[in-house]
Amino acid sequence: MTASRPEVIRLDRAEAALGGRRVWSDVSLEVGAGEFVAVLGPNGAGKSTLLKVILGLVPLAAGTASVLGERPGARNESIGYLPQRREFDPSVRVRGVDLVRLGLDGGRWGIPLPEWLPAGNGRRRAAARVGETLELVGAAAHAERPIGELSGGEQQRILIAQALVRGPRVLMLDEPLDSLDLPSQRSVAALLQRICRIENVAVLLVTHDVNPILPYLDRVTYFAGASAVAGRPEDVITSPALSKLYGVPIEVLHASDGRLVVVGQPEAPHVHSPRHG
Amino acid sequence: MADAPVAFATGGGLTLNLADDVRQLLTYHFMVNALVAGTAVAVMAAVVGWFMVLRRQAFAGHTLSLIAFPGAAGASLIGVPAAWGYFTACGLGAVVLSPASRGGRARSAETAAIGTVQALALGAGFLFVSLYHGLLNGISGLLFGTFVGIADGQVTALIVVAAVAIALVAVAGRPLLFASLDDEGAAAAGVPVRALGAGFLLLLGLAVAATAQITGTLLVFTLLVTPAATAQALTVRPGAGLVLAVAISLLVTWLGLGIAYFSPLPVGFWITSLSFGLYVLARAWRALRGGRR
Repeated sequence: MTASRPEVIRLDRAEAALGGRRVWSDVSLEVGAGEFVAVLGPNGAGKSTLLKVILGLVPLAAGTASVLGERPGARNESIGYLPQRREFDPSVRVRGVDLVRLGLDGGRWGIPLPEWLPAGNGRRRAAARVGETLELVGAAAHAERPIGELSGGEQQRILIAQALVRGPRVLMLDEPLDSLDLPSQRSVAALLQRICRIENVAVLLVTHDVNPILPYLDRVTYFAGASAVAGRPEDVITSPALSKLYGVPIEVLHASDGRLVVVGQPEAPHVHSPRHG
Repeated sequence: MADAPVAFATGGGLTLNLADDVRQLLTYHFMVNALVAGTAVAVMAAVVGWFMVLRRQAFAGHTLSLIAFPGAAGASLIGVPAAWGYFTACGLGAVVLSPASRGGRARSAETAAIGTVQALALGAGFLFVSLYHGLLNGISGLLFGTFVGIADGQVTALIVVAAVAIALVAVAGRPLLFASLDDEGAAAAGVPVRALGAGFLLLLGLAVAATAQITGTLLVFTLLVTPAATAQALTVRPGAGLVLAVAISLLVTWLGLGIAYFSPLPVGFWITSLSFGLYVLARAWRALRGGRR
């Protein structure tokens, strides 16, 4: 299916363990350049662990993994990573544009200089790159305002710009849609799809509700029952595929508005429950 | 430690001619010492305090300032220079606090333990002062600041400490800013967030120890917090904010020392009132502009 796109991530019969406890095993998946992949499943199924394996923070107990053609962790400078939902409270008096700039050079020693000092070539290039990234994520209009005053969706765009500003080849987001309202969830998903296409970045998005992003996805990886299945959404989110994964009968219902509702999971209730009405 | 208002002893007094008044100030060695030490301390406190406010570590800063009190009092008791006591106590305090205080959202629930230490520090400080008979005047200097009797060696020590602190911030400022604003994002980008946090607390200990020698241990926040908070009310740009905090800190320190020389009221009061006044003006200005910025 992805033969036409160069592969950026591959896991082969991989097994991950945290503190001696096996989280999942026998997971095989591949992600091609510029693909939009959702990582789905109930809480505790090991979705975030997958991101940590890809970053090389959790070593594999069995199987193999390669990221951008090398072992996990070797190419982390080419991976943009948004940890689970961060919020800035209203008193944080730093502009969005400064946060994005820190994504570009925040790890380098030295001190940020006031803007009225004459800028060299490097600083002009950096400012141009920051501006271009803010345009891409549609955050240019509010990037000059203190981050704490922005809405959840606006903050999320700033954070996506921060992860994108170094031009990564893989962008991984852990529950970025959590606590956003439904229209914001859809527009962030549409933005991520656009980034996949324009910048040819592979996007891995962890979420427990696939419905708002379903129209934008290329592939899904569904974690449950200590393993995972990967493939196109219409192949994976089906009654037979999920029943096999969970090991108990599962039904996938198609609501009249196009939403998928998964019924009958043993532990977690209604993973794809229509919680936004 | 000499301790007396000196305006009447100079034969001069306030002339309302700025040049004459400044010349009069600078004829006294103790006053030059106070101004030089105050300058070094003002710059250091503003820079370190700006990061402290951003990191929401004022509670740790407050604890360190209370630990400074028994440090200085204990040093007097065993007969070593008070400056040693300040730096030793705050340095050790920073090391001990390091695991308990991470700042930001990852704040641990150890505030009760820290509060207990604060009470003990004040009690121990008062005990040392009581044991050291004859320094009962000194306690107000330790708590609320004094500008007389700053020794030449102390001035040198303060300059060296301030220079080291500012050099450290100049080297690590950008990653420290990243880690202070957004610890998870910084960690994801490979910034050594934990090491920077521990290093910053040590820097904060140095800054508190130095500031306490001018403002007294109870008033360190007047240089550590107020200029930084004023700057953050006025600008959202990190570079400009740092420069502004330093400017405010220098202004209130110089004015405070100058006014205190001609006034019977203590220096700590003047510096605190001036910096608080600027803070109120800054907040009012922001409110008048509509509160958005």
